[in-house]
Amino acid sequence: MPITEVPNLAPALPEIFLGLAAMSLLMLGVFQNTTGPDGVMKASRLTSGLGIVMLVLAMVLVVTVSGDRLLTFDGLFVSDPFASFVKVLILIASTFSLILAEDWMEKQGCHRFEYVIVILFATLGMMMMVSANNMLSLYMGLELQSLSLYILAAFQRDDMRSTEAGVKYFVLGALASGMLLYGMSLVYGFSGTTDFDALAALFAGGTEPAAGLIIGLVFIIAGLTFKVSGVPFHMWTPDVYEGAPTPVTAFFSVAPKVAALALFIRVMNGPFGDLASQWQQIIIAISVASMLLGGFAAIAQTNIKRMMAYSSIGHVGYALIGLAVANETGVRAILVYLTIYVFMNIGTFACIMAMRRSDRAVENIGDLAGLAKTHPAMAAAMAVFMFSMAGIPPLAGFIGKLYIFLAAVEAGFMMLAIIGVLASVVSAYYYLRIIKIMYFDKPVTTPLETPIPKRIVGVLVITSIFVLAFVVFPNPVINAAGVAASALFSG
Amino acid sequence: MIEAIVFLPLVGFALVGLLAFVDPGTDTPEAKAKKHKIDFASQWITSGSLLLSMVLSWVVFNDVALEGNAYTVQLMTWIQSGDLELNWAFKVDTLTAVMLVVVTTVSAMVHVYSIGYMHHDPDVPRFMAYLSLFTFAMLMLVTADNLVQLFFGWEGVGLASYLLIGFWYTKPSANAAAIKAFVVNRVGDFGFVLGILACYVIFDTVNLDQIFARAGEMTQVNISIFSGEFHAITVICLLLFIGAMGKSAQLGLHTWLPDAMEGPTPVSALIHAATMVTAGIFMVVRMSPLFEYSDLALQVVAIVGASTAIFAATVACTQFDIKRVIAYSTCSQLGYMFFAIGVSAYNAAIFHLMTHAFFKALLFLGAGSVIHAMSDEQDMRKMGGIWKSIPVTYTLMWIGSLALVGIWPFAGFYSKDIVLEAAWAAHTLVGDYAFWLGITAAFLTAFYSWRLIIMSFHGSPRADETVMAHVHESPKIMIAPLFVLAFGACFAGLVGYGWFVGDGAGVFWANSILILPEHTAMVDAHHVPMWVKYLPLVVGVAGITLAYVMYMFAPNLPQMVVNAIRPVHKFVFNKWYFDELYDAMFVRPAFMAGKGFWKTGDGAIIDGMGPDGVASTADDTARRVAALQSGYLYHYAFSMLIGVVLMVSWYLFTHAG
Repeated sequence: MPITEVPNLAPALPEIFLGLAAMSLLMLGVFQNTTGPDGVMKASRLTSGLGIVMLVLAMVLVVTVSGDRLLTFDGLFVSDPFASFVKVLILIASTFSLILAEDWMEKQGCHRFEYVIVILFATLGMMMMVSANNMLSLYMGLELQSLSLYILAAFQRDDMRSTEAGVKYFVLGALASGMLLYGMSLVYGFSGTTDFDALAALFAGGTEPAAGLIIGLVFIIAGLTFKVSGVPFHMWTPDVYEGAPTPVTAFFSVAPKVAALALFIRVMNGPFGDLASQWQQIIIAISVASMLLGGFAAIAQTNIKRMMAYSSIGHVGYALIGLAVANETGVRAILVYLTIYVFMNIGTFACIMAMRRSDRAVENIGDLAGLAKTHPAMAAAMAVFMFSMAGIPPLAGFIGKLYIFLAAVEAGFMMLAIIGVLASVVSAYYYLRIIKIMYFDKPVTTPLETPIPKRIVGVLVITSIFVLAFVVFPNPVINAAGVAASALFSG
Repeated sequence: MIEAIVFLPLVGFALVGLLAFVDPGTDTPEAKAKKHKIDFASQWITSGSLLLSMVLSWVVFNDVALEGNAYTVQLMTWIQSGDLELNWAFKVDTLTAVMLVVVTTVSAMVHVYSIGYMHHDPDVPRFMAYLSLFTFAMLMLVTADNLVQLFFGWEGVGLASYLLIGFWYTKPSANAAAIKAFVVNRVGDFGFVLGILACYVIFDTVNLDQIFARAGEMTQVNISIFSGEFHAITVICLLLFIGAMGKSAQLGLHTWLPDAMEGPTPVSALIHAATMVTAGIFMVVRMSPLFEYSDLALQVVAIVGASTAIFAATVACTQFDIKRVIAYSTCSQLGYMFFAIGVSAYNAAIFHLMTHAFFKALLFLGAGSVIHAMSDEQDMRKMGGIWKSIPVTYTLMWIGSLALVGIWPFAGFYSKDIVLEAAWAAHTLVGDYAFWLGITAAFLTAFYSWRLIIMSFHGSPRADETVMAHVHESPKIMIAPLFVLAFGACFAGLVGYGWFVGDGAGVFWANSILILPEHTAMVDAHHVPMWVKYLPLVVGVAGITLAYVMYMFAPNLPQMVVNAIRPVHKFVFNKWYFDELYDAMFVRPAFMAGKGFWKTGDGAIIDGMGPDGVASTADDTARRVAALQSGYLYHYAFSMLIGVVLMVSWYLFTHAG
């Protein structure tokens, strides 16, 4: 194919749009008058508002182009229902993060229009990750995302903890990228291709792969596990979650997690799907370790963001159960789980962002004491999210866990399901403790600030309705997840 | 009609029980007016339903006992499981009819009396509701046509008794007494339940009529218990009797009754004198077709009854709490009834039960009136010199005491005499034992009754002046029921003699009681020597005389006697040390075992290894895991590398190797 020929751009339309939009907003921001504080705020608000619009438009485009499996850019890029489902989820997560961020950033005095640009680029990277059909496009998307995230972590650059988080994340992320690349090179060396379809065809016959290739695969798994913050590659998570500005943490806890897990699913079930018996054990080990560590370590935390970091490690452990079973039911379960997880987490972080006292953001769990008396509605919403995270019926979190454990049981991974249930018992402790603190402890100091900003209230309402009503209307999500999962396996 | 009798109190209970939840508010005039309205409604709903029930009972008594129309009413099936079939049903025969009359009459009187007695209490609706609940349960008990329904009523009265003894639940002593009553009754109930089960094992049914129909065939059947063979009917009867001992406070299981006096006085009159405590008597009489076939069981009943009679009478002579004296008197009189049963004089036992219900309720309510007059003082040592101030109560107490002692022509004369005569006429060792102890107890009864009257009403006032100034006759609403009971205490014996134990007894009782022809005590009782007939009267008068001598004419004498027989007095005064004995034998070991199980068993072992252990392990793990997070970048990188190395080597070992 001559290089000059224009490839079919249609499947990648959302990504192209988002890329152009991000660059336009960058230009827009740069040419705003940002000499005074007012100018900075104006620019920040303008880009933030436009950024949200762009993300929503991108979502519309994703839904529009979704349908059959389409390859483009010489097989580097794939658009299928699985990618579309995940992209929608990522865009929802990003949109919510932007909605929540602006207000917090302004109060903290670190509102800058670049924030929106970086978020958009990170989102673009994630979308490319989930549409990658080649090791190279995978790596490109991943790095676009990662570089954006490093910047975001250190966004509050005059704050020690924020910069420390950024540096830690960058160094460790680089190490993980190195492992990933090394693994890819091994796979390429032993198979002669980086294309997912070609790799899948190679193993389809049931031929025993070379040991070097499997070692390469192990390195790839290590790299990807870092991105989803699975044990033992999770060490960056608590520090970064705690140090990064809260809106960034909120963003971290949802969008990149969804993208990385989706990428993980595609890589393991796509090119290496027929090698499942080779890698299942490793995923199980990671999953069990993540669930247990997430459950136990969170108990000892006093900082709520740090606690949420361990909570997210635990949730990744549950999600990985769906990956470990390596079948369509498992993938569907993960997608359902992730959808619910996004809403619960956004809601929880919305509450955390509303925690302000004496004009400062506070993040200790003890600061929630007596919340039920001073902010009954917020406490009720938080209680809903905590119950849901702990997996108490009939809230959404229970259904997510139910699908995951069902998938494990159906595939015969009884032990895995049992460990999962036990770990979720342990995790119930720290979720319920928050409720106990909010409802039964006496407030120690002055109550948290009122009123809660309107945007946070709006997000809280939407997310808590989702969590509460999911049990009544679960079908749209479950059906879409089913379509997405079957697309991955039929393709 | 029988349905109405039984369920009217239940309806009253339900309505007034709901009223008890209405909160009138506090301390404003409107609140007081509202409370007054609620109290008024609750008092008259319950009393009204009970009065109606009483009238109907008399109609039923006339129909069933006098006209001889016994019948059974089936309400509905209760349990149907395999061979076991149980109905809610009312068996109405003469025995039941007598009990209906006794229960509803005394209960109605107590309800009315309570209107006056409890009108200061903040919880009037609750009290009235409990009283009605008790009455309902008692009526279920006496109308039961099977043992399980009987047990339902049995436990129902136990519950009501518990609730009413502990009615003033802010008083620790009342709570303790309520718990004691409940627990001691559990011991008896355990025997009762085993008896019911044994009945079912032997007869394949718990229906009374079916059991009685087959009792004659089963006299040779043995039951094997722990690989020993025992006479089945004797085993059943003894087990049932253990239940009766608990409910009727017989020697050994009597300790709860004196303590039960912590409850309000109307409760003592209704439950702990006239009705509930006689449930044991009723049950054994009801089971007479079984007891008749077991001589051993009858002998045990007689010995226990006679021993209780003398034991309780001795203790009553030494007590100072006016209600406790009457409580021990009740205990003693129940002993009389049991030894009457023991010589197959069932009808004499029920006769005494009936007369006793009237005069003992009268005595209790009279005592309540005294206590009311003395501003809630119960200690006789702090009374005295009040008979002129409350002449009506004084007279009524005289009537009650005369009836209790058995002076002609009061009710007790007829019933107690026939009991003692039957015991003598049995001409057995056990019968003689019962007779002589009964005579002695009769002497003591007379003595403590007049000791009570003289100490309470005569002599110089021993209360302080404010109390004495306040001494007043009780309101009409309290005195009126006393007249009804006094009427019974005067004439119940005279009227009932012919029906219960006289010439008409055979027709009167019809099939409700079985006495085998070879048990002739009841027949022979009418042909005893004159000295046997007059002895109870003589000792009664002697006892009264002695009481006058010791407490009226020679007030120093009691102290001298006490000093002379100090060890004996101390033993009796401390109620033969039953409470102390049980405390040492059961209560303290149980508490120690409980404490042991609690501290070591539950606290150290189960909590320690279980919930607490798991929790602290989890906490510990959490701290260790969290400590892994050192914050140093190179630690993190190191852990990642270790992770990869582990994963690769694990793969190489399992797959490639």
